[in-house]
Amino acid sequence: MRPLSKTYYTEDHEWIRVDGGVATVGITNYAQEQLGDLVFVDLPAPGTSASKGDTLVVVESVKAASDVFSPVDGEIKSINEALSSEPGLVNSAAESDGWLWSMSIADESQLDGLMDAEAYQKTLG
Amino acid sequence: MSESETLKELPLKALHERAGAKFSPFAGWSMPVSYPPGVLKEHLHTREHAGLFDISHMQLIDLNGADAARLIARLCPLEAESQAAGASKYTFLLNENAGIIDDLIVTRLADERFMIVANAARASVDVAWIRERAKGMDVSIEPLQRVFLALQGPEAVSVMADAGIDAGHLSFMSGFEPRSGWFLTRSGYTGEDGFEIALPIEDAEEIAEKLAGDARVEWIGLAARDSLRLEAGLCLYGNDLDEETDPVSAGLIWAIPKGLRQGGPFTGAKRLAEIIAAGPDEKRVGLQAEGRQPVRAGATLTDPAGNAVGRVTSGGFGPSAGHPVAMGYVRADLARPDTQLFADVRGKQVAMRVAKLPFIVKRSQKG
Repeated sequence: MRPLSKTYYTEDHEWIRVDGGVATVGITNYAQEQLGDLVFVDLPAPGTSASKGDTLVVVESVKAASDVFSPVDGEIKSINEALSSEPGLVNSAAESDGWLWSMSIADESQLDGLMDAEAYQKTLG
Repeated sequence: MSESETLKELPLKALHERAGAKFSPFAGWSMPVSYPPGVLKEHLHTREHAGLFDISHMQLIDLNGADAARLIARLCPLEAESQAAGASKYTFLLNENAGIIDDLIVTRLADERFMIVANAARASVDVAWIRERAKGMDVSIEPLQRVFLALQGPEAVSVMADAGIDAGHLSFMSGFEPRSGWFLTRSGYTGEDGFEIALPIEDAEEIAEKLAGDARVEWIGLAARDSLRLEAGLCLYGNDLDEETDPVSAGLIWAIPKGLRQGGPFTGAKRLAEIIAAGPDEKRVGLQAEGRQPVRAGATLTDPAGNAVGRVTSGGFGPSAGHPVAMGYVRADLARPDTQLFADVRGKQVAMRVAKLPFIVKRSQKG
């Protein structure tokens, strides 16, 4: 049985906090450092269905736009509305207040291939 | 470029590493793209105080000889023979179709000497083109190896003075050689007052440390250099200009003396005169998105009926403007300010309107 709350990481530098069958998704602190100051976050509408690998969010820095992918199949439950007026929250608090969206998880087995914090840190070298 | 190609390293690389630079490939060079303050702060610091840029990827080309002025007049739509010593001019190398091979700053240093500043990505093309046209002329063409720094912003002039570099007497778009091997102009690529200074590698570290050590100065990376020039409405070769684009469409006719608009000794003169007479099919314009969504290079522009009418060639966020900024080319009849257009961003139609350039009040006196 899974613990109540667990955080997973992807090789695309996303974090997924799973709590009670709901996944909250953001980009890692490493990712925001690489992107630099964000000026716009293009968020999906709640209710949108997503498949694993779909582009759900585009984060825009001064210089470039980067895709953020859905880590699992599911449906968007909520989005971080604060980012529309303050996209810099992703820079200042990437792994907490700068979360991007939450979603239901259609198939929890899709989480099995993801990394834990320790394994993710190792990929950063 | 392919990843197997080796990137050129800046002579002051170690200094940038100590300053905490992040590096990124650009035009065959490993370039500082940002420093620890980050692109937003770097951009704003330049407009409020002074920013120091390492632009050693830019190519200086020294033309020296009795035919130097005649060669420039053959290469560029410039009245080179009558250009005053010390005057810098923004100009271009044009092909036979009046397409822009590169955009340049050409400074006359003496009767028989001119200094060209060319774009990194075009340097080898430019040098080959210039040498081809100089055949049989009495002029040497020497690409220089220099450290090239830009100091930009309202406090640049006082920083230079305090660093003991005598430059305050220069008016904007003029330059000289303060010491052997040095080349200094009052010019820049940010819309601010400022200077560009080229110097031999052995002199560079001390001067760079001195300028960067001034409390009013921050190192500024390529990312902020791009947002600064975009707000100032200045073109980036490869984005806003290329060999298919002529100076009339690009809105750069101001750089061509009136006496050369109906013809002249430079390559492309005939076609340029035809384009001027007929009017361009499309024009470069500023573009402002109505919301917060940045619209970037490559986006297709449509009219309200959905017809494709142009494309975005540069776009991003303007930290001083406080909103997204862009430039692009549109059908000439749609180039009027406030014309409503739409940009396709990932399948979404983003409302934009044609905006006057620049997006900021320029503080450079000229150019």
